[in-house]
Amino acid sequence: MDLSVINPILLLAALMSAATPILLAATGELVVERAGVLNLGVEGMMIVGAIAGFIVAVNTGSPALGFIGAAAGGAVLSLLFVFLTQVALANQVASGLGLTLFGLGLSALMGQSYVGVKPPRMADLDLGPLSDIPVLGRILFSHDAMVYIGLLIVLGVWAGLKFTRAGLVLRAVGENHDAAHALGYKVKRIRTLAILFGGACAGMGGAYISLIRVPQWTEGMTAGVGWIALALVVFASWKPWRVLLGAYLFGGITQLQLNLQGAGVAIPVEYLAMSPYIVTIIVLVILSADKSRAPGSLGRIFHASH
Amino acid sequence: MTFTKLMATAALTLGLATGAFAQDKTKVGFVFVGPVGDGGWTYEHNQGRLAVEEEFGDKVETVYVESVAEGPDSERVMTQMALDGADLIFTTSFGYMDPTINVAAKFPNVKFEHATGYKRADNVSTYSARFYEGRAIQGHIAGSMTKSNIIGYIGSFPIPEVIRGINSAYIHAKKVNPDVQFKIIWAYTWFDPAKEADAAKVLIEQGADVILQHTDSTAPQAAAQKAGNVITFGQASDMAQYAPMPRVSSIIDNWAPYYIARTKAVMDGTWTSTDTWDGIGPGMVGIGEISDAVPAEVKAEALEMKDKIASGEYHPFTGPLKKQDGSDWLAEGETADDGTLAGMNFYVEGIEGDIPQ
Repeated sequence: MDLSVINPILLLAALMSAATPILLAATGELVVERAGVLNLGVEGMMIVGAIAGFIVAVNTGSPALGFIGAAAGGAVLSLLFVFLTQVALANQVASGLGLTLFGLGLSALMGQSYVGVKPPRMADLDLGPLSDIPVLGRILFSHDAMVYIGLLIVLGVWAGLKFTRAGLVLRAVGENHDAAHALGYKVKRIRTLAILFGGACAGMGGAYISLIRVPQWTEGMTAGVGWIALALVVFASWKPWRVLLGAYLFGGITQLQLNLQGAGVAIPVEYLAMSPYIVTIIVLVILSADKSRAPGSLGRIFHASH
Repeated sequence: MTFTKLMATAALTLGLATGAFAQDKTKVGFVFVGPVGDGGWTYEHNQGRLAVEEEFGDKVETVYVESVAEGPDSERVMTQMALDGADLIFTTSFGYMDPTINVAAKFPNVKFEHATGYKRADNVSTYSARFYEGRAIQGHIAGSMTKSNIIGYIGSFPIPEVIRGINSAYIHAKKVNPDVQFKIIWAYTWFDPAKEADAAKVLIEQGADVILQHTDSTAPQAAAQKAGNVITFGQASDMAQYAPMPRVSSIIDNWAPYYIARTKAVMDGTWTSTDTWDGIGPGMVGIGEISDAVPAEVKAEALEMKDKIASGEYHPFTGPLKKQDGSDWLAEGETADDGTLAGMNFYVEGIEGDIPQ
């Protein structure tokens, strides 16, 4: 065992990057669920975002445009979910699962001619003198722009839900859609917008994997990250900062366990491999000992005649 | 109980109903652990499937299900294939071993072929390739080319097939470079590009300048390319899109001849339960082109080793070899028997760390 081979600075820097796909997808899903909709299609929207972003980035040569394409791709796929659950009033759980299966197949089809293609590389954001601060500069200020955009989205969602009128209305729709409807709020319109936002975030999360973290296109490459994001929203009690904490914990411990394995630490590998899940769940469950609970109308179908 | 009875009756009826049609067309099913576009393991199995279609044309019908989780879910998929009238089913991952045996017991008239396992039955054959022969060549190139003397190895699951590969690569890297050290990370997945890329990055950060992988996607290749100055080897498939750097060579699985021969055997009614384990010689394991990034003399040595392994002149596990705990394993000139290799659950002397149990 030789712990000195682990560079804590690189480890912490890798944490921020590794957590970003989950963070983006979970934050999007948080908004959807706070509006009272349970969309289990996160995995499907992520993988479609991953290939949509990849295609746009390869064809335009611009990773930034790629992420915009990914957001659009995820949002377009979520429109299908909007149609099923808000127009056709189908069961949300079944529709969400269907969306994931459809997304996985669709992305494989879209990506057929992109296997083995290398995407343009996204440069790290130049933050000038900030990046030169010893230690902190490497950990916090030497990432690509998406890491910071992810953080800004969390900040925006938190502030939006807590301090703005729109956030209040969205929460009202999620808590009791009949009451919100009686007050004259457009329940379906608000939910549609929330679902589109969730799709766009999931799409960007997927593209972060295909454009930055791996970077290449492989079928099924999100490999279950969407499901982790979904679970994270529940364990984080539908609170943005806890989603951030959970994503960083999960990403960080995943990186740490790989590092410990490489350093040959004498902890059985099985425990290391399960540690990200266990630690994240334990921490978030302890935090959720307060009175937080699921939005009241979560997963329930709304129809104005009821 | 009634449910199983119902299923069994349904199976019988379906079997009888489709029996008449099944006479003219042989139906071959494939169960895949990853997507056919993974660029590695499953991709090559699917190439084998396509070769069967090409060979027999109208006389054969192939079906496949991809990304099937190992365990109970695979049992469901196999059962469905058998119910749908498949005559021969290839299950192409180690973790399908028990499900294959279970389903085969319920469908005695359907032939099963399980890849990389060791449990057989009257209607279950096993087949695998001697990947460790290719690993020996990789180890030789890796040991010769590493400058940091640290070789990173991404393992999937701690099963004999993977451990054989690690041992074989280590023995041959050590032979040319006594200072070489192996860092092994177990990913506990066959296919998860993000995780495979992360594992590769961690190994590179910890000083490795060679990455060997026993997982199925090309993600570690992309990570190595991004890091620069790191060499890798294509796994299961050529992964030539990453040549000449980082991918300097590869192990290519060539299943097509085997799949064609077994399908033919079912058609002719000559199929029997067998255990096939072929290597470089019979062509089940191919060595992808060694790129120009490898020094000419290393390349020549590697090719010479390949020829010797193919002809049977050299066995990658030739003594003197000791186990990790220092106990004797093979005496001078002795070669490992297939039984020990098939169940290999120990590291050879010099590898650090424990095999997860």
